[in-house]
Amino acid sequence: MLELTDVTVRFGEVPAVAGVSHRVEAGSWLGLIGPNGAGKTSLLRACARLVEHTGRVAVDDLDLRTASRRALARLVAYVPQHPELPPDMTVAEYVLLGRTPHVGFFSAETVHDRVVCAGLLDRLDLAAKAERRLVTLSGGELQRAVLARALAQQAPVLLMDEPTSALDFGRRVDALELVDQLRVERNLTVVSAMHDLTLAGQFADHLLLLAAGAIAASGPPAEVLTEDVLTSHFGTAVHVLATSDGDIVVAPRRYQARPRVP
Amino acid sequence: MTESGAGTGAAATGLPAQVLGHRRATGPLLVATGVLLGAAALGVSIGPADLPLSEVARVLASHLPFVHLHVNPTDDAIVWQVRFPRVVLGAMVGAMLSGGGAAYQGVFRNPLADPYLLGVAAGAGLGATVAIVHGTGTHLLLPLSAFIGAALAVALTYALGAGGSRQSSTGAIVLAGVAVAALFTSVQTFLLQRHSQSLEEVYTWILGRLSSATWGDVGLMAPYALVSAVVLLLHRRLLDVLRVGEDEAESLGVRAERVRIVVVVAATLGTASAVAVSGLIGFIGIIVPHTVRLAAGGSYRRVLPVSMVAGGAFLILADVVARTLQSPAEVPIGVVTAFVGAPFFLFVLRSRRAQQGVR
Repeated sequence: MLELTDVTVRFGEVPAVAGVSHRVEAGSWLGLIGPNGAGKTSLLRACARLVEHTGRVAVDDLDLRTASRRALARLVAYVPQHPELPPDMTVAEYVLLGRTPHVGFFSAETVHDRVVCAGLLDRLDLAAKAERRLVTLSGGELQRAVLARALAQQAPVLLMDEPTSALDFGRRVDALELVDQLRVERNLTVVSAMHDLTLAGQFADHLLLLAAGAIAASGPPAEVLTEDVLTSHFGTAVHVLATSDGDIVVAPRRYQARPRVP
Repeated sequence: MTESGAGTGAAATGLPAQVLGHRRATGPLLVATGVLLGAAALGVSIGPADLPLSEVARVLASHLPFVHLHVNPTDDAIVWQVRFPRVVLGAMVGAMLSGGGAAYQGVFRNPLADPYLLGVAAGAGLGATVAIVHGTGTHLLLPLSAFIGAALAVALTYALGAGGSRQSSTGAIVLAGVAVAALFTSVQTFLLQRHSQSLEEVYTWILGRLSSATWGDVGLMAPYALVSAVVLLLHRRLLDVLRVGEDEAESLGVRAERVRIVVVVAATLGTASAVAVSGLIGFIGIIVPHTVRLAAGGSYRRVLPVSMVAGGAFLILADVVARTLQSPAEVPIGVVTAFVGAPFFLFVLRSRRAQQGVR
């Protein structure tokens, strides 16, 4: 269970995140949506204690400020939007980095650590590329490697910043479905910032729409993904449709009709 | 610290062995050790006095405990008092400069970082200049002065450069190092201008040499080298984690700032002690780690230990070249390493550009 209380992040005078409070139930998925600059990344980084902030972030009632870096890494795994990928590192070595919070200071990884990583490489379809260097991977493969590394931390809270932007349509769904499966299996608490509103609506239990650092809308997808709310905050007209499965699809409404090519 | 991996783990879980991560360091390490021993043998056997190999072996054996062999006292002096300490010191200095270079490359995540980055060279140079200029007769004061100069320079660099936001810290430290080096060098130049008779002696010192190596020098350097080596080797796994950047390393539970300080202090100790007894031998901190990376991959679990051993071997061999090229005169060893190093530098730059171009 992740609890945010009045979290504020300032860069100079302007607050990137202005007093956000929210409680994410254990095992649920919170989607962060909002226009560029709304504070989604800053909020995630504050939760991972990677940026100065005021306010309280607590996991299962433990204030993260009181935790050591190591303890924090065992509780919160963070998938950055632009990860740093050392070109000469192999995929296996990279994913094994995820076990760092569990490896003793003067020790090396154990067989258990390697088994965990091998399993994740399998599930994320990277087993064949395990010994390849990161520089040889495609964008999509790199994103899966980053996800594998975060999952290797086996932390109860998973924070993801645009985790699927480089993946193709099919792999995007596969990656999110995997996260969802693991969420159910391990009771993970997932918070993800996503630009794709439809996918956000399909996978998240609850959506937070951020605007200028504050919560502009909060609720289940059906309540937040409405034409009024989206149009006023994203500044563009949208279609909001419901599928037969009960999913919500958000599509942009084109400005002008395009002449049909016969 | 074992590198568990392939073997039993794979069999037990039924997973393919290659998925289970890191290549062992033992292979490259054995090769490097072999080269080191070969270089040492060469270093001890070669010299202006033509001694047969068997005689050299006898002299060395006679110094083993419980071995009683009669050897010619002159031969003993040459091998045991002149050549052997020189080889041992060469190995230690080479190890410290290479290990320090690899460590700095890891901490600053810059492949062109060398152990002199934070002003060690300029600080030691100033310390040595002060000692030489003031005509100190004692053999001990020169290394001490150089060591203190180096340590002061790094401390000043760190004080000026560290602090501030996480992102700017590393860059700021490097820039502070440039500024401190310039400052110390200018003071050194000023001193030399006023005491121009010391110019040659200072310059000789700067070029670096192992020619006056004694067991005393070895003893002087040994404790620092040992501490430095142990601390650096203990942190090699953490240096690997730092390869993804400080931010992500922090999110993985590593306190990047603390690792950086510890590694910088340890590497500086080793480098300063090496410089104190042998002057400023350049390029090793870049040549050796990069060559090791080309051969054994970029992981610091391999690069750090293998660089130390290979660095020792490299310097011994460079020293052999330095003293045989114009025998019985000696070419300053810094010239030999620069001769090999400068083209190597360019090679590294080109290959990195090519690599980035391909991406």
